[in-house]
Amino acid sequence: MSEFRRFRGTDRYLTSDALESAVNCALALGRPLLVKGEPGTGKTLLAEAIAEAMQLPLLTWHVKSTTRAQDGLYVYDTVQRLYDSRFGDGDVKDIRQYIKHGPLGQAFASSGKVVLLIDEVDKADLEFPNDLLHELDRMRFRVNETGDEVAAKERPVVIITSNNEKELPDAFLRRCVFHFIDFPDKELMKNIVAVHHPGLDRQMVEQAMAVFYDIREMRSIRKRPSTSELIDWIAVLKNAGIAAVKLERELPFLGALLKKEQDLAAYADQLAGGRRFRS
Amino acid sequence: MFIDFLYELRKRKVPVGTQEAVAVAEALAKGLHESSLEGFYQVARALMIHSEQHLDDFDIAFGVAFRGAQATAIEITEELLSWLKDPKPMRELSPEERAMIEALDLETVREMLEQRLREQKERHDGGNRWVGTGGTSPFGRGGENPNGINVGGSTGKGKGGAMQSADARKYKPYRSDATLETRQIEVALRKLRLFARDGAEQELDLDKTIDETARNAGELEVVVRPPRRNNTRVILMMDVGGSMEPHREYVQQLFTAARRATHWKELRTYYFHNCVYGKLWKTDGFQESVSVRELINECGKHSGRSYKLVLCGDALMAPYELMGFAGVAEDDRVTGIEWLMHLREHFERSVWLNPEHPRGWKGNTIEAIAKVFPMFPLTVEGLSEGVDEIVKGRRSRARAV
Repeated sequence: MSEFRRFRGTDRYLTSDALESAVNCALALGRPLLVKGEPGTGKTLLAEAIAEAMQLPLLTWHVKSTTRAQDGLYVYDTVQRLYDSRFGDGDVKDIRQYIKHGPLGQAFASSGKVVLLIDEVDKADLEFPNDLLHELDRMRFRVNETGDEVAAKERPVVIITSNNEKELPDAFLRRCVFHFIDFPDKELMKNIVAVHHPGLDRQMVEQAMAVFYDIREMRSIRKRPSTSELIDWIAVLKNAGIAAVKLERELPFLGALLKKEQDLAAYADQLAGGRRFRS
Repeated sequence: MFIDFLYELRKRKVPVGTQEAVAVAEALAKGLHESSLEGFYQVARALMIHSEQHLDDFDIAFGVAFRGAQATAIEITEELLSWLKDPKPMRELSPEERAMIEALDLETVREMLEQRLREQKERHDGGNRWVGTGGTSPFGRGGENPNGINVGGSTGKGKGGAMQSADARKYKPYRSDATLETRQIEVALRKLRLFARDGAEQELDLDKTIDETARNAGELEVVVRPPRRNNTRVILMMDVGGSMEPHREYVQQLFTAARRATHWKELRTYYFHNCVYGKLWKTDGFQESVSVRELINECGKHSGRSYKLVLCGDALMAPYELMGFAGVAEDDRVTGIEWLMHLREHFERSVWLNPEHPRGWKGNTIEAIAKVFPMFPLTVEGLSEGVDEIVKGRRSRARAV
């Protein structure tokens, strides 16, 4: 039954049953795993954790607004070739010298199994995911200039993350295993903090988490802080040697939790209002 | 049972088909669900759901389809009745508890239960009426009522099972038919893009470079071209005041999102009241009027710039407002509906977004206006459909309402 290695998280990356199940589905069926969720819930880290747990090399393809599907497969460096032909450098006859594999190309051409992370796929143009359908399905592509076919010997583990900036096309979605990373509950969050900051005073962690959840609950906050912000904030507090925090106006290093100016203002408002109410 | 589940999902407009069914079957064949309902829930969710918008529907459908796998109140009615006829000895009760029991005789309880089982369609927990768990209703399991009927065996302790996960419905906030959020609108509006090459020449035009170099007998001749830029121009017209008051917040959000969408070349916003006549206003306080004829001349299809028109209003008004002449002086023989038809004619890519629920779209002025403009409800789904309609730009095809 288990001819494949099951993913169970790592020492540094804690998972839920649902996430493990989704990863294992993707591994067993050889389909890409699409991960969505609030920013800062560890979408990108998941790929690193999978690579670590399965001891496979990790290739990363950071998608930008100008990225095109072709860039991930290969780039034919025509300009270099033109220059070489003009100045007589290099072996101009060998087109292969000027074909450079992108991250997807590298993953297919690699001799062993690899983990490929396509990060923030929604940043690119709307048509971007559609252009990758065939390649991700068949795990092979043809280099038009040379007629060579690059085919994956072992299907790479493809992890795709999305921040929901654009909706992804249905045809693309249908080929993926989908997982939506929930915001961790308090129990899991405590464990996550413990993994990142081992040996931290328990009282301190409880206080920091209480403040953190209070801030998340505030209705007027637009960009709610998430796991990565909490981890960073605790790191800052630790380095500054602060031993106790409570929800108050002059919260130390508040900037690590709230990243928007209007949120900082809303936070101050809320607390000022609360104090007046209490007295 | 699984096929039923599939159709239950489809009934809730979750896009699942053969592909998903085959994928789940394959996963089950490989034993990914670890032979548990919990595991099946996770596997099916990962493979059948493609967007967090549908997670809530999945949970509901799962609850409906697989209730029987764990405890189906409705299916075990007969068993229930037999339990009622033969009550088990009860534990020692306090006088208060006894009084409560006596308040309900067996016959009444049985009748109530039968009735409730007929009425009950879905799971109800923590309440005091329906058959469910953890409540104070006389029927259910794990509840508080000492005279209650325990339905479906005792509640096991330990980790929450698939039913509990499904019943928790924690993905409710992600439903797309719920409220519109500015961000969701932005996501939908992003689709309204049109790329064109415009501006400074910054990009290498490879094909032309090769062409020119070849013409130049091998001497390198680099050709550059302007990069692709977004060339979308949008006109947004909004109905304000009167019957639009209750929808004010949604319309405001649409407006904010449109303003924030920096990827457009141009956005014009105008206001009208009830129906568009000869004039539009630049502010919602009806100041600075603009003549519709001028607007059409400037932005219509003959102006050479393709503007996209989005109207937003409830389209509800007295029939005379639509068929009457309320226009400006020089156009006083043009009715409201004719003005709208004018607009539709000059803006091929146009839609009407309506904050009213589609159930109320029949037999009033909405129906008439929906024949002029393709009309979509002002929800995330409706907005995306509307945007798709604009992008496709099909001519004069009003949606059957």
